[in-house]
Amino acid sequence: MPRLIFSRLAQIVVTAAILSFCAFMLIALMPGDPIDLAIAGDPRLTSEDAARLRELHGLDQPLLGRYLAWAGAVLEGRFGHSRLFAQPVAALLGPALLSSLALLGLALGLAVGVGVSLGALAALRPATSPWVQGLALVAQAVPSFWLGILLIILFAVQLGWLPAGGEGGWRFLILPVVTLCFANLAAYARHATAALSAALAEPHIRTARAKGAGERRILLRHALPNAGVPLLTLAALDAGALVSGALITETIFARPGMGKLMYDAVMGNDFNLALLALLVVAVVTMLATLAADLAQRWLDPRLA
Amino acid sequence: MRLGLALLGMLMLAALAAPWAGLALGHDPFMPDLFKRFEAPSATHPLGTDELGRDLLLRLLHGARVSLTVGLLAALAATAIGTMIGLLAAWRGGVWDAILMRLADGLLALPALPLLVILAALDPAVVGLPRGEAASDILRIAVLLAAFGWVGVARLVRASALSVLARDFVRAARAMGVSEARVLLRHVLPELAAPIAIATALAVGGAVLAESTLSFLGLGIAPPAPSWGNMLANAQELVFQAPLAALWPGLAILLTVLACNLVADGVAKGGGAGT
Repeated sequence: MPRLIFSRLAQIVVTAAILSFCAFMLIALMPGDPIDLAIAGDPRLTSEDAARLRELHGLDQPLLGRYLAWAGAVLEGRFGHSRLFAQPVAALLGPALLSSLALLGLALGLAVGVGVSLGALAALRPATSPWVQGLALVAQAVPSFWLGILLIILFAVQLGWLPAGGEGGWRFLILPVVTLCFANLAAYARHATAALSAALAEPHIRTARAKGAGERRILLRHALPNAGVPLLTLAALDAGALVSGALITETIFARPGMGKLMYDAVMGNDFNLALLALLVVAVVTMLATLAADLAQRWLDPRLA
Repeated sequence: MRLGLALLGMLMLAALAAPWAGLALGHDPFMPDLFKRFEAPSATHPLGTDELGRDLLLRLLHGARVSLTVGLLAALAATAIGTMIGLLAAWRGGVWDAILMRLADGLLALPALPLLVILAALDPAVVGLPRGEAASDILRIAVLLAAFGWVGVARLVRASALSVLARDFVRAARAMGVSEARVLLRHVLPELAAPIAIATALAVGGAVLAESTLSFLGLGIAPPAPSWGNMLANAQELVFQAPLAALWPGLAILLTVLACNLVADGVAKGGGAGT
């Protein structure tokens, strides 16, 4: 187990390093650098100023040297400043990460809760199974940004019950959480149906039933723990999709999370912020995948 | 399966028929007419008009051309790359397998959309693509989506190819002295038709969804060329004036993805095109 954790952590570090290198190079190869942007913003800058600024910020150095200097600074915890927000990047990332984690946690919890309930319904009452499968098929195909717009039109514009966007109390969370949850609900419902049907067909369920255990106890104590392993596999595989969904949801509902921060940074040509936000998002996603993998091995020691 | 194929066929027919529909209705979907903004659905404008007085139905049909082209291009490229990589990994095994599958795992572990957002925002001229035109937008997005889409195909193909390569008829062919290329192309590849078909169907749906997402975020197909995604982005700004404009493009995306998933499900359950 410790060996597994160590090798997986090493993989995450390597992936993050390769990702940062590729993204840095692609961005640096683009025509125009921050000094060009500064010139565009202030016509009084002369070409001598530009050359002096390039030297000051090391932009006249070869690419590899610039990457190594940047990576070294990041490893020392110096994340630099955001051009777009005129703030230290570190001060922007913290609150955004917290906001995103709240959204992601609630949406994942709701998706698992509703998905597993639907799966249990389909597994226990086969007559409902086609309906659950149909709902899952449709839910899987709904573009989440469309669902978000429709929810805004219905609940914010027409009915006026909920705010259309922004961040505040719990009322601001309802629509984004429902939007993000719906996109991920389908996979959980389908997998829960399959896993619970398989678990309910096993001999130990018959034994429990023969011993007089109630249906509720059979489902909760005997079938669900066994069905939990494939669901955790799904959670591990879907971590990236969930984070991708958060970017869309945050953009539609104007929530200041990591996804929106990254999107704003990309749109505002603030590539230092975009790159660091991407790295944080990627590392957190990979750590979440690792956590789900470990939980799965803890639940089913045969996998370890 | 049948429903999925029928839906896909109808969508493609609708996309192909877009120019004739324009002739029949007598409008130009790209020509603003400011006297006819936000018109309600009528005989001349079956779905009404948008904020520049352009016919929504025609823009939806032309959007279908763009969205389906991107989806098919990206999915076919992803399938081709994925099949080659999956087959190579299964056939060579060892170090090749390890490297290729590590690469696939790495790509799969990353959140795709944040990466796509950064890559889509990069200047296409860096990688030698022309910029600006709708056609180059289509190509750029298709290339980006294929660069991520091959992973799913490769994993599916590798897993199936491993089991086929271990079967007796492959060993028999090799024992008879059939060349490795012929073994792979004539004996292994046909056995992989079902998993490849499933992966392609899923990839088309995924690519249509991803394209519309990027276009919605303003990083995909740029207006005035219509795509379902940028029509929705437009509609989001007009939720007060024209709430109905948001309905149709989303419904079109939903039906396309649903049709692809139904086809994939059908193939997975063993139904061929004729059953």
